[in-house]
Amino acid sequence: MTALRKILVPLAAILLFLALWEWLVWAKGWPDYKMASPSDLWPAFWKYRWLFLENGWQTLWRTVAGLLLAVVAGTGIGMVMGFSRLAREALYPLLVGFNAIPKATVVPIMALIFVGEHDFNTIMIAFMISFFPIAVSVSIGLSTLEPEYRDILRSLGASQLTVFWKIALPKTLPEFFGALKVSVTLAFIGTNLMEIVSPHGRGLGALFDSGKISADYPLMFAVLIALAFLGIVLYYIVVALEKVFAGWAERAPG
Amino acid sequence: MSAEIELRAITHAYRTYSGRLPVLEHLDIRMPPGSFTAFVGPSGCGKSTLTKLVAGLMRPDEGQVWLGGQMVTSPRATVGMAFQNPVLLEWRSILSNVLLPLEIVPNKLSKSRRVARARELLALVGLSEFEDKRPSELSGGMRQRASLCRALVHRPEVLILDEPFGALDAFTREDLWQTMHRLREEENFTAVLITHDLRESVFLADEIVVMSARPARIQHRMASRLPKARDLEVLYTPEAVEMLAALRRQIQIAQGRDAA
Repeated sequence: MTALRKILVPLAAILLFLALWEWLVWAKGWPDYKMASPSDLWPAFWKYRWLFLENGWQTLWRTVAGLLLAVVAGTGIGMVMGFSRLAREALYPLLVGFNAIPKATVVPIMALIFVGEHDFNTIMIAFMISFFPIAVSVSIGLSTLEPEYRDILRSLGASQLTVFWKIALPKTLPEFFGALKVSVTLAFIGTNLMEIVSPHGRGLGALFDSGKISADYPLMFAVLIALAFLGIVLYYIVVALEKVFAGWAERAPG
Repeated sequence: MSAEIELRAITHAYRTYSGRLPVLEHLDIRMPPGSFTAFVGPSGCGKSTLTKLVAGLMRPDEGQVWLGGQMVTSPRATVGMAFQNPVLLEWRSILSNVLLPLEIVPNKLSKSRRVARARELLALVGLSEFEDKRPSELSGGMRQRASLCRALVHRPEVLILDEPFGALDAFTREDLWQTMHRLREEENFTAVLITHDLRESVFLADEIVVMSARPARIQHRMASRLPKARDLEVLYTPEAVEMLAALRRQIQIAQGRDAA
């Protein structure tokens, strides 16, 4: 009963939402070139199904590449900042300043500097927009490690590296995955920004842009749905990884 | 094998933004092998600094620490530590937490011998049924018991206890005191206990050292007049009551509340 309810209630809410949307377009009499209705989406998707597959793959792999880069660089920066107070004091203002720049303004710059290097551009933007939460969470996780944890191992003659592997790293994993959930969404935004802005771009963003140029609302909305789908998939992959590597941080209910 | 601990003319200061902060001054004391010494004194008098010096985590500005006839210049595997915060690793089971020191300290024990050793200690403190649990599933007292097992699993010569029972409720604390006596009967170590609890020091220690306010010196030393084998009843004997009263007077002097 409860299992059925868990599926039926959200499903009913989605159907209700789609019905309202369909009704609004129908009642206002909006044509295709003004607004899409839900019933337009599937035909649009089916018509361009090969484009969706190809561009969806483009978007996906570049997002994942940018995110992996962000994980490596973010963890590296976070480690340096977490272990060295000097590095923390030096790097923090720089990082905050860099993070404060809206990445939408960096997109045209990157697109101009590395014109034609579409894959590189896109991966870099995905990386730049998503490494900050990872760096901050890792550095905070490491710098707030209670000194007793360190002393327990150090008093036995363990090296700094052993302290890192045995204690600091696993203890930081819950914070790391919390940040990764934010970063995966951000990286996705970064990829799409570049795909939309970059001339002769590829990926779902470019498909969206071509829909915009021809005022093809059904195509644009179908892209949005495809993006939402990819975003959800990526997010739950991170959730699954978190369960495997940091499941211990979840307390049993009650 | 338990080792003798010797502090020779130790003086130590912290360097802070507002200058040198002397914490320990001219500490000279010898603790024989197998003894149990409790250090009591006002808050912030440098007792925890003392534990770090004995563990080799810090080096004193002046003076030397000797363990078992060797001068301490760096951390050594022959020391076990337990703190007020049990600092168990949440991602490991209790058994695996207890095994941790054996992963660090060089030893030739096989996996099964290590596990057997950890289980032996867990049984001694009454945690046999909980070895597969995560620390978050245990009560504060049980976590502290596990922490004691971890401190002892590699058979250290010296056991350093920095207020390990400080955060526990009164009943649990008394249980742990008895556990500590049991561990002392079965295991072979020289213990240094830092505590704020005078009853605890009287119940557990062979000798009680009262430290003065910062910079801490040894203000008073008291050899226990209680029998070696003790149960909680011993705390209500005239000897124990006398010791407690004398210690309380010494603490008041240390705090500067009594001009005597």
